[in-house]
Amino acid sequence: MAYNMKKVIAETPSRFTEGHRMCAGCGAPVVARMVMRAVKTEDHAVVACATGCMEVSTFIYPYTAWTDSFIHTAFECAGATLSGAEAAYKSLKRQGKLPEDEHTKFIAFGGDGGTYDIGIQSLSGAMERGHDMVYVCYDNGAYMNTGIQRSSATPKFADTTTSPAGKVIPGKMQSRKDLTQIMVGHHLPYVAQTIAVDNFKDLYEKSEKAIYTEGACFLNVLSPCPRGWGYPTDMLMEINKLAVETCYWPLYEVTNGVYKINYKPRNKRPIEDFLKPQKRFKHMFKPGNEWMIEEFQKEVDTRWQELLDLEAMTNKGE
Amino acid sequence: MSIRERLSGNEAAATAMKQINPDVVAAFPITPSTEIPQYFSTFVANGTVDTEFVAVESEHSAMSACIGAEAAGSRAMTATSANGLSLMWEMIYIASSLRLPIVMSLVNRAVSGPLNIHNDHSDAMGVRDAGWVMLFSENNQEAYDNLLMAHRIAEHKDVLLPLMVCQDGFITSHSIENIELEEDEKVKEFVGTYKPEHYLLNRQEPIAVGPLDLQSHLFEHKAQQANAMRNAKNVILEVSKEFEKMTGRKYGLFEEYKLDDAEIAIVCMNSTAGTTKFVIDNLREKGVKAGLLKIRVYRPFPGEEVAKALSHLKAVAVLDKSDSLNAIGGALFSDVTSSMFTNGVQVPTVNYIYGIGGRDTTSTQIESVFSDLQEIVKTGKVENPYRYLGLRKEEK
Repeated sequence: MAYNMKKVIAETPSRFTEGHRMCAGCGAPVVARMVMRAVKTEDHAVVACATGCMEVSTFIYPYTAWTDSFIHTAFECAGATLSGAEAAYKSLKRQGKLPEDEHTKFIAFGGDGGTYDIGIQSLSGAMERGHDMVYVCYDNGAYMNTGIQRSSATPKFADTTTSPAGKVIPGKMQSRKDLTQIMVGHHLPYVAQTIAVDNFKDLYEKSEKAIYTEGACFLNVLSPCPRGWGYPTDMLMEINKLAVETCYWPLYEVTNGVYKINYKPRNKRPIEDFLKPQKRFKHMFKPGNEWMIEEFQKEVDTRWQELLDLEAMTNKGE
Repeated sequence: MSIRERLSGNEAAATAMKQINPDVVAAFPITPSTEIPQYFSTFVANGTVDTEFVAVESEHSAMSACIGAEAAGSRAMTATSANGLSLMWEMIYIASSLRLPIVMSLVNRAVSGPLNIHNDHSDAMGVRDAGWVMLFSENNQEAYDNLLMAHRIAEHKDVLLPLMVCQDGFITSHSIENIELEEDEKVKEFVGTYKPEHYLLNRQEPIAVGPLDLQSHLFEHKAQQANAMRNAKNVILEVSKEFEKMTGRKYGLFEEYKLDDAEIAIVCMNSTAGTTKFVIDNLREKGVKAGLLKIRVYRPFPGEEVAKALSHLKAVAVLDKSDSLNAIGGALFSDVTSSMFTNGVQVPTVNYIYGIGGRDTTSTQIESVFSDLQEIVKTGKVENPYRYLGLRKEEK
């Protein structure tokens, strides 16, 4: 059935309520709300959250923004914590201790700190074991909760509090880790990269697929942070759009190893369009630093081409 | 009718777990407890148990998965040793603060470093303030019995705390001894089914677990945890009494061996109690009034009861199989002496750090402790209360 935002929003009340304390202009609550909307009304969900902005802003005792069951334990173990809950579900169901016709879905949320870095082992373990769950990474490209420190998801040259753009070193000197590809390497039934654009169609449809595909699935969602990236709070949706139009954050999915790029911009916009509105890249626009923008563009182009190649390769003979 | 068997400590623990038939077991192998998940996965593979076995990629994940499973509304168990427990450390505190009655079989081994795979109690001592009920076991029988009682204690509404059953690595875990097992049906009935009040999988009442808990509430939550630990003492006694009715095997907070009329005594935990009993029997033949107080329940620490049981003695030696590296003595020594002090018991007490990294503890060494105690009684003085037992002289 074709996606209709008005219908989805009218027919599925938000399972992630207002009143949470995420910042204005933050991408993460938009992601959480939309992912949770993809859970069928008749289904229950157990949500696990890694320590991070989302956790500390949505469940401050004694208040919670989650209408489903929710568990947070620590920073690096949302994957393992949720695997335990899923194992319990499997076990109790098998023993007839839970009703057969009622379904619970298992969804984990972690930032790039809790997912790309400190939590990658726990995530990898949970995915490899094939628990019937979805892990959603809301990637805002740094440790925002502790005050904008660099992560392995931070793009090259970005100015963060542990990779400051200084006189000698111009920001983070390493490239961004490609976690989506690492997850593809786990040979999961469904891996996708998405973002909140165009009435959330891509995000909603991928969430639905991930939640209702049996086995371990992974969603990587770029989730801008106004404090860490330095853009005006009302610019969130535009930043998201620019990430996609410049091919900085390509929208694609890998179903049982077959790649599908969901959006190929007819006119790929130059990376400056994405970098310019963000203060973390301000130093790249100083005279004499043109090489940084060139290098950034080159990397975006290489990665985009790799993706096109992977799509062509995995769709051969179809 | 109990069943007579011959099992190692690890086999005894795995057998108890099989009979308990938990919903979830999440574990990662580490010497000397590795056999427990090995035996258990065989039970799973053969359909002997209903358990979902989660072969996690680390101990940190083992405890995280146990937390997830227990919070979801199922019974979760694990087994580990030494560095495995160290890696779990963060989650050990979280398990207890979330009031989840997870049960662990801890096969005690020296925590690195340097690396050592043999027995001492440094792993358990590292989590002594984490809010877990901690039961120690002298032999395979006690490891088995303590596990059968574990869920009844941990899941009691006045407790709701995780619980670990300790046994000595290799010395107990790999030694085959006689054991009395209970019939499956009797164990099933004794352990009962787990009926949590609030749990994640209850869609009728969704709950949120593990909040950001700030200045306004954390203190009260910690006080509730402390209170649960206090409550555990009576619950342990009640459950032990019921267990005695079923098996004839009697358990208290600690065991007193020839302590009634003793003048000098050793306080220790786990397998060393066996050696100590042997030495006491020999000394008694020579007319030496020696006794033993073997701690079973280390957390909650039965301070008042211990102090009372030691009050009539002329000298006491506390044996610590872990050095606290604090320049004043081991953890058990601190617990025993502070309990004596606060209960107005003044008995000369001395501490021995012993058996570190699996150093063999011989009956001759235990005899030397008793003769030191006789010396203390004679002189009335304790010179250097923080001593070593079995340390080579040149390395002192």
